[in-house]
Amino acid sequence: MSNKKVFKLTVNGEEQEFLAEPRELLIHTLRERLGKTGPHIGCETSHCGACTVTLNGKSVKSCTVFVAQADGAEITTIEGLGNPDNLHVLQESFKEHHGLQCGFCTPGMITRASKLLEENPNPTEQEVRFGMAGNICRCTGYQNIVKSILAAAAEMNAAKEAAE
Amino acid sequence: MIPAAFEYYRPKDMAGVLSVLVEHGDDARVLAGGHSLIPMMKLRMAEVPHLIDLQDVEGLRGISVDGNTVRIGAMTTQNEIINDDQLVAAAPIMREAALQIADPQVRYMGTVGGNVANGDPGNDMPGLMQCLDATFHLVGPDGEREVAARDFYEAAYMTDRDDDEVLTAVSFSSTVGGYAYEKQKRKIGDYATAAAAVLLVKDGDTCTSASIAMTNLSDTPIYSEAAGAALVGTSLDDAAVSAAIDAMLGDIDPTQDNRGPIEFKRHAASTILRRAITNAWSRT
Repeated sequence: MSNKKVFKLTVNGEEQEFLAEPRELLIHTLRERLGKTGPHIGCETSHCGACTVTLNGKSVKSCTVFVAQADGAEITTIEGLGNPDNLHVLQESFKEHHGLQCGFCTPGMITRASKLLEENPNPTEQEVRFGMAGNICRCTGYQNIVKSILAAAAEMNAAKEAAE
Repeated sequence: MIPAAFEYYRPKDMAGVLSVLVEHGDDARVLAGGHSLIPMMKLRMAEVPHLIDLQDVEGLRGISVDGNTVRIGAMTTQNEIINDDQLVAAAPIMREAALQIADPQVRYMGTVGGNVANGDPGNDMPGLMQCLDATFHLVGPDGEREVAARDFYEAAYMTDRDDDEVLTAVSFSSTVGGYAYEKQKRKIGDYATAAAAVLLVKDGDTCTSASIAMTNLSDTPIYSEAAGAALVGTSLDDAAVSAAIDAMLGDIDPTQDNRGPIEFKRHAASTILRRAITNAWSRT
């Protein structure tokens, strides 16, 4: 038995329309249906945050959202933040400060960090650690992730000041 | 990871919600933030043939402070609670507690109504609502009714809410005096090993009013009337605080799990309550 319905999402600025069962998890829609394989799956208990995307302006774990709930939403994944030819400041900063090793948590980390810096452009180290607490990393010990985010914040603030 | 299939509904008003609940009874559930229900569905521990998403239902969101009455719509998220200046002024313990719940992503989605209606003794808001002496607002096919948070919880996952009712809002009086929500946990996002919600009012050196509730130390939240009574009329000397802790220990009934054995949980409960009382008193 299938109860597929038509759903619409705007992913990284592109409108997508497709048939899916309401029970499909947003992470599976993004990865398997729409080819956005940057967001990853690291658990089945909503702890790790590897699947983090921005949905209507909020950082969400896309493994804990049904596609039906997201119908009509605007979503940004890591692919929408930057690409190898045009890196986002955070992507450049993670590279510069060795904020990744295996790279599996990185898309979720950077997507979450982009929202954190939007809400708090000048965070302390403690605010970065608390603000990133929904994202687990097995490789880095977090130190260089914190450095990467603080450095990106400084760079974004400097660029903003220069523009004013 | 893979939930079973369900029929999905996204009504725009409460009449639409209730008609599905009445038609399908036990086979229908409402979906708020989804951050307790979806994990249970992914593990197939919850089966929900008819899922009613509340996100478009009118009138379920928002925080209002009218005189000294605070009302929070059931679909208001933890993130909205943390960032509402009016609420922080009226009842600062709400923000203090919400910041100890889950993690940023979960707080953007998880709602106050879902937290209090879930019935999991691990949730933090139920004990907090009992400390605040909050009122829960429910609507069902027979109309609206109110239940005191202190009367709402019957057992783990068992509450006074009927299957065809929806919790629409919580309300309580704005707080005066000192407050504290103290939580012992193993890591970010963990349910409490022990947590305490405390509100204290001071006149001169004397405590004139005290409200104490404990989280995750029984199969329901525990409002300890005796613990509060042990503090009223005292200047919160060591003897009074110890008496309050002893009274609280008489009201809780923790079970052993991977957060520790019963004796450890009783020890943690004592420590966390002492800390919460001290902290709340320093803020009066």
